[in-house]
This record gives sequence, C-alpha cells and structure tokens, in this order.
Amino acid sequence: MNSQIIKKIIKYRLFWPLVCLFAVLVVNLIRTPDFFNISINSKGVLYGYLIDIINRSSELIILAAGMTVCVASSAGTDISVGSVMAVTGAVTCFLLGTGDAYNIPYVLAVVAGILAATACGAWNGFLVAKLKIQPMVATLILFTAGRGIAQLITGGNILYIKVKNFKYLGSVLPGVPLPTPIFVAAAVVILTSVLLKKSALGMYIQSVGINAKASRLIGLNSTLIIFLTYAFCGMCSGIAGTIATSRIYSIDANNVGLNMEMDAILAVALGGNSLAGGKFSLAGSVIGAITIQALSTSLYSMGVSADQLPVYKAIVVIIIVSLQSKQFKKFFKNFSQKQKITGAGEKVTQ
Amino acid sequence: MKKRLIALLMCFSLVMAAGCGAAGTDSKDSESSQSAQSSTAANDSDSNKLITIGFSQVGAESDWRVANTASVKSALSEKNGFKLIFADAQQKQENQIKAVRDFISQDVDVIAIAPVTETGWETVLGEAKDAGIPVIICDRMIKVSDDSLFSCWVGSDFQKEGVNAAEWLANYIKEKGKTDTQNVVVLQGTIGSSAEIGRTKGFGETIKKYDNFKILAQQTGEFTQAKGQEVMESFLKQYNDIDVVVAQNDNMAFGAIDALKAAGKVPGKDVTIVSFDAVKAAFKSMIAGDMNVSVECNPLHGPRVAELAKKLMNDEKVEKIQYVDEKVYPAETAEKELPNRQY
Repeated sequence: MNSQIIKKIIKYRLFWPLVCLFAVLVVNLIRTPDFFNISINSKGVLYGYLIDIINRSSELIILAAGMTVCVASSAGTDISVGSVMAVTGAVTCFLLGTGDAYNIPYVLAVVAGILAATACGAWNGFLVAKLKIQPMVATLILFTAGRGIAQLITGGNILYIKVKNFKYLGSVLPGVPLPTPIFVAAAVVILTSVLLKKSALGMYIQSVGINAKASRLIGLNSTLIIFLTYAFCGMCSGIAGTIATSRIYSIDANNVGLNMEMDAILAVALGGNSLAGGKFSLAGSVIGAITIQALSTSLYSMGVSADQLPVYKAIVVIIIVSLQSKQFKKFFKNFSQKQKITGAGEKVTQ
Repeated sequence: MKKRLIALLMCFSLVMAAGCGAAGTDSKDSESSQSAQSSTAANDSDSNKLITIGFSQVGAESDWRVANTASVKSALSEKNGFKLIFADAQQKQENQIKAVRDFISQDVDVIAIAPVTETGWETVLGEAKDAGIPVIICDRMIKVSDDSLFSCWVGSDFQKEGVNAAEWLANYIKEKGKTDTQNVVVLQGTIGSSAEIGRTKGFGETIKKYDNFKILAQQTGEFTQAKGQEVMESFLKQYNDIDVVVAQNDNMAFGAIDALKAAGKVPGKDVTIVSFDAVKAAFKSMIAGDMNVSVECNPLHGPRVAELAKKLMNDEKVEKIQYVDEKVYPAETAEKELPNRQY
C-alpha cells in the first residue's frame, strides 16, 4: 500500500524536477545555515537569499514559459531569445531617449519594445511553420542578427535612461515588499497556464507536437499553431528583455540576455520536458528555471572561486539531467534487480 | 512547383538580408573599407599616400570600449593621413582572426588588434608576419611564443592600477582615522582577462602589506552591471560587515551601488567604493557621492597607435611595450575633472 503511494509519487511528472530543486536548497541549508533567513530591510522590502533567487530567475522563468510551448509544438528550440531581449531593450531605450524626461510615454515605449520582440518571434514562426525550416537553423538567423540589429538601433553605445521610474520594473515599486520582476513573472506564468488549460490551445499544441500531420488531418491548423507558439516565445523574450533593461536602467546590447537562450533550454529540460515535443509541463519549466538560478546563487553564497564556477555548475547539471534520463533509470533498475537476483541466489546456495 | 520556387527564393533573400543585419554594426565600415580599398589603389600613384590600417576591435561591451573606439576612429582619420578599416568582433576571437585575415588579403599597411583573449594568436599573426605587415597590439596583452610576431603593444599597466587603488585606499582609510580591520570584497572582471589578472594581483599584493585590511571574498561579475549587482547582493547576505567594495570596472561598481542601496546601506559613506576605468558616468556617480574613487584606465589609444603606425611605416625603431598615462581620481576631484573627460 505504502509502496504504491510512493510509486505514484515517483511517477508524478514534477517529482524529479522538484527533487533536484530541493537537493540544491538542502545542500545550501547545510553549508550556509542562514540561507533561508528572510528579513525586512530598512526600506520595507523583503530581504534574503530566497528572494534573490526568485527575483533573479524572473527573466529566465518568463523565457522558459515561451520556450516550453515552442518546444512542445515544434520539437525545436528557439535560440534567438537572448538576442531578441537585446532588440527589445534597444527599441525601448531608443524611443525613451537619454534625456531628463521621456521622449514618448513610458508605456508606449515598452509596448513598442515588446511588439518588436513579438515581430521577431513571428518571423521565427514564419520560417519554422510556413517554410518548414528546422527551428534551430531558422532561429539561428536572429540569434546572430539580433545583437547586430540592437547595436544598429543604439548606434553601438550603451544608452542610459535617467528618469527614475524606469528602474521600478527591475527593482521594487515604492511601498511594495517584493521586487517587481517576481510579479511580472508570476503574471506571465499564470496567464499562460490559464490560456493553455482553460482553452483547448494547450491540447492543440501537444497534439501538433506529437504528430503535426495527423493533427492537420483531424482539422487542426498545425501551421498556425506552431506560428503562434513562436510569436508567443518572442513576446516572452520581449517581456524578459524589458525587465533586464530596467534592472540596469540602460541597454547594453552586447550583454543583455547573453547566453540566456541556453539557460532557457536547460530550464525546459530540467523541468522534465522532452525536447522532442508533445507533452509539456509549464510548471516543470518554471521549477527548472528556479533550479538554475538557485544553483548560481548557492555557488556564490558558498564562496566558490570564480574560475571554478562553471565546473561546479556543469557537474550539477550532469547529475540532474542523468537523474531524469529514462535510460539511466532503466540501467539503475536493472542493476538493482540483478543485485536482488544474485542476492537471492546466494541465499539459496547457502 | 513554381510556388515552391518562389518561396525558396524569398527565403534565400531573407536569409541574405538577415546576414546583412548581423554585420549591421560594421556594415558602414565594410562599405567604407571597400571604398578604402579602391581609393588606396587610386592613391598608390600619389606621392602623399594614406597609411591603410586595419583595426580589429573587441566590440562595444562597455563605455570604456566605446571611448576607445571613438579615440581610434578620430586619430586614424583621413585628415591625419590614415585610411581606417574598422572591424567589430562582437567579443568573439574567431571574428577577430577572420578580420585579420581579411586585412592581410586586402594588403593593409598596418594591422592593429585589441584582442578579446590572450591566447590563440600564433597562426594568424604568423600569416601577417609572412605578408610583411607590422602588427600593433592594443589594450590587452597577448601570449605568443615568438615575440617578433607583433611589433609593439600599447595599453594600460593593469597591475600598477591595482597597486594605485590599494595605496589610495590605505591612505584614505588612514586619513579617515579608522584603525579597525576593514573588510574588503572584490568584484573581479571576466576571469582570465588581462585587466582582471593585473588588477587582482596588483591590488591583492599591495593591500596585504597593510594589516588593517582583510579580503573577505572575490567573485567575478564579468565586467557587467547586471552581474555586478547580482554578486554584490549575494555578498551582502553572506557578510554583514563589508567596509570596502573594490569593483574592477565602473559598470560593476554601478551594479554594486544599486545592490547596496537596495540593502539599505549608503555607498560612499558606510561602504567605500573603489572602482577602475574612470568613465564619465563614474565621475557623475562620484559627484552624487556614491563612489569614492575611480582609477583611470586610459582608453585614448588612438593618438599613440597613429604615432606608432607612422613610425613603423618609416622603418623607425619602436619600444616594444608602451604604457599610456593613467591617474587616480578621488571623488573630490570629480567635479573639476568631469568637463575634461572625453569618455
């Protein structure tokens, strides 16, 4: 009876991703006991490692949400998200201007930035869905071109925004105890999951991801669905880019979202999602994204020296990924069964 | 069939367009380089021939780099007798190697490189040497087995900058009359870059001589504001008694200042901020009272490169290692100095 419940828990999709996240956190608890302390600082803002992790992972969570639907619908990854972030920031900052007041209203500039990102996503979607180019190749175009476009917009300079309230999106709103990016990330995730669960869209995406041709034959417009997921992924990159830009109240086209596409893909994979498309779990990706950030924050808190940082990260990722691999589990199961058999055999001979 | 052909054609043209976008930042330069080629060919017959110089720049990752680029572009102008072919490598060494090969095939007179990394230059510099083109290395140093692969190096003495920072800090704390142990955290640059190695070494070795300083932690912020802020946030939770923050460039210092403010501390007062590079924004930050000192890392290499290129063309001997002049700018000098800053 008990073992059945355990089996059920283990079979639960999010079991392994959650285990990995908790493992990272538990190691922290042992190494740095005050890791889970949360206090309120003099400005009335919650303060602690955990807040940092969630705050810093916001962009990644948003990217991972977009990436998840892309992967699910087309069995391919959008590697242009980091560059698209840079484009968004460039458009927004360019429109706002570097003067003492905004050139155009703030909301308008942010909407324009996100629209630009959505257009980038739509372009990717067009290449993947309509022209049937392999997703990685199709998005490679913007991966390389995106930063160039951003540089063109900014004229190769880092544009600083002087107006104070530009910072609010990336830091804290006055009087609110939590950093703003957390709210944005939560909103994106909740809206996305409501959209996917309450409408049939989520099921359509899965169905197209499992077999696009069969889905078309039963009357689903596969092309449109794949196109929409890429456009959505672009929009998510835009939102993430706006936050990243606001954090440093400037646009640094070379560094905004650098290597974020890899982290986003990793988040999707760590969340137990198959990169071969089909079934997906948004919650898994969110957990994956938090795990990645928890890992970097913990390595900082443990004082790992900078030159060894990538090594530790790689080791942990290898462990997590292999823990979730089916082959590895099979191998492990076989191994333990063999042990049982030989153990039983020994008993008989005795 | 026809439809498919059109689609294919469209796709091809789009890819081409995107490709142009990728080269976006240097498209202007490549245009001018093409015209440069043709005009140098025309000028060959002229007696007052322009010196064609190919400059491979790292990218535009910081304000410092942008100033460096501006200095190079203005010093190597046509007015001063140069044809500049400028290539932006977007922080990738392979782009730089490609650019240098392009320069060789275009048969420029002098090649100048601001290298992304220290290693991996032997082959391509060998090619330049075989082609008989002198090479000037800017900013970061390179590691090659054969010194004759480049003519000279122009740049900053990063280790001395580190030493200067440590000495200024020790003096500042002494003048403030603080005798208790000062806890220092260091935000390092990209690990392995010359600036990080030199500044870490220079600062670390010098600060050791003073008993009242203790380096609590060092961590990389990769020379960016976002990372600097993130790492500083973590430092602040780990240690509650940080007295000094040493950021190995101004951008990371800005990030650290934001993190300190968010944690309710007063940068510049509770916590002494020592920074490097001394860009214009750093002076503004010092005037605002957030930053205490910035050690200059002079990016105005252009004039020196121009002078060296002319010497090399006249077959004059040049010093292998050339340092640019660099100063320390404490906060009290900021207001006076800001109008003079070019970057």
